[in-house]
Amino acid sequence: MAKLELRHVIKRFGDVTVCDGIDLDVEAGQLVCLIGASGAGKSTLLRCINLLEPIDEGEIFLDGQDIAVPALDPQTVRARIGIVFQNFNLFPHMTALENAMLAPRRVRGLTRAALLPEVEALFDRFGLADRMQNYPDQLSGGQQQRVAIVRALAMRPEVMLFDEITSALDPQLVGEVLDVLLLLKQQGMTMVMATHEMGFARQAANKVCFLKDGKVIEEANPTRLFDHPQHSDTQAFLSRALK
Amino acid sequence: MSEQKAAGMTRRAIFEQKQRRRATLIAASSTAIVVLALVVLIPMAPGWEKVQKSFFNGAVLAKSFPKLLEAFKINIMIFAWSAPAIAVLGLLIALARDAKSPALFPLRIFGAAFTDVFRGVPVILTVYLIGFGIPGLGLPRPWNSPYIWGSLALILTYSAYVAEIFRSGIDSVHHSQRAAALSLGLSERQAMRDVILPQAVRNVVPSQMNMLIALQKDVSLLSFIGPVEIFRQAGVFKSLLANFTPYVGAAIIFLIVTIPATRYADYLMARQTRERR
Ligand SMILES: Nc1ncnc2c1ncn2[C@@H]1O[C@H](COP(=O)(O)OP(=O)(O)OP(=O)(O)O)[C@@H](O)[C@H]1O
Ligand SMILES: [Mg+2]
Repeated sequence: MAKLELRHVIKRFGDVTVCDGIDLDVEAGQLVCLIGASGAGKSTLLRCINLLEPIDEGEIFLDGQDIAVPALDPQTVRARIGIVFQNFNLFPHMTALENAMLAPRRVRGLTRAALLPEVEALFDRFGLADRMQNYPDQLSGGQQQRVAIVRALAMRPEVMLFDEITSALDPQLVGEVLDVLLLLKQQGMTMVMATHEMGFARQAANKVCFLKDGKVIEEANPTRLFDHPQHSDTQAFLSRALK
Repeated sequence: MSEQKAAGMTRRAIFEQKQRRRATLIAASSTAIVVLALVVLIPMAPGWEKVQKSFFNGAVLAKSFPKLLEAFKINIMIFAWSAPAIAVLGLLIALARDAKSPALFPLRIFGAAFTDVFRGVPVILTVYLIGFGIPGLGLPRPWNSPYIWGSLALILTYSAYVAEIFRSGIDSVHHSQRAAALSLGLSERQAMRDVILPQAVRNVVPSQMNMLIALQKDVSLLSFIGPVEIFRQAGVFKSLLANFTPYVGAAIIFLIVTIPATRYADYLMARQTRERR
């Protein structure tokens, strides 16, 4: 049994089917990259896994438990699955430290004092120790995105989702954020990532899935998918993306 | 020219400095002309002497001013207990109108009806109806006080406006903030309280400042149902001294409070517009 299993997930907005019967297995400790053209449904799929969007059909199993049951309270599931967005979405009225402590305080019911050592260690590990007291608008894009990752990690999630987290960054800041993902992978985090960073996907992913029109067209290990794509759509996309 | 160059000014800086000096000169001379015209022309009007005596009478002003100030304390008092009540009630109404749970549906309807009614009726009418109507029920002291019911009328009216401003503030917070809060496992209520409301309130501080200024002035409407606040006090002096100067005195006292407050609200507004860019 995989850590995360998607079975025939269908998501519609009105009459537009954005996820069209998606099957996906993510083994514990693996990094799965989703690639595909703009509008393929990558962001929507990640938001569905986190229950930010209810799915219309199919099942999503986390440790074998179906979390897409409509009657389920989404709060407990979201606390177990972290997500980081393209535009950081930090809370601008709070310091970096308060951003990271809010959810654990409210959801895990811990006091600031009880949380501080653990959260400080996170900031420390990702090179943000001297930035904890800064507000988001006092940080660079790369720093903001790392704070957003720390904020998600402070909930001690079992799975992390990343939605094009480097797309809004200046090129020279991309590296510092991708390094964080490598570190997380070393520590055995289970991760799903939508990305346009083909180089990173090839280097770090255990599996790469190519999406088109809400369908998984092809999935394989990175070497195979990038060097010997089987499907003509994948070949066409890669020849454009890798140019 | 050469001395400016020596001071290290660029061509553009020199040009802009010239432009600024020109603008200042024009502004100063046009202001001078207008003031001169007023000072010369107004006293030439046939009724000026009469107007001066009955509106700008120094002796009357000196005599009435301390009492007017005294009466203004009542305005401040009514303002001071109404403003916090308005803030709380306005926020509650705003939240009620945005309530999503079906159990709270009646609250939503109530919130909508409340804002419709109290924004739709002139303040003075609400003051009359509540201020005369409720004590008319024959309530025992102190429950027949016009202070209580007059304040309530102001609180109800202003809460309706303030609620709408809070609602626009809540709308102004981008929905991605709510998504980020929910994705961390917070409940809808926690997301509202910890993430959305603090930003919403901050966004509408300048607009709410303007409501406070309007409230400060509208406190005077209570004079129609009893309390001897500054406007009523000025009226007493007017009858007593057969002179309108006390009204001018009252206006001066209002301006001393409202002009700095208005300037401050404008400053906050301008700063926020700058930050948004
Ligand atoms: N809330 C929504 N309502 C209606 N349509 C939506 C909504 N969210 C997304 N869509 C549509 O779903 C489709 C897939 O969008 P999605 O953002 O998931 O694509 P994506 O693969 O992440 O693209 P990108 O690379 O540009 O981020 C698009 O056609 C989009 O217009
Ligand atoms: Mg996307």
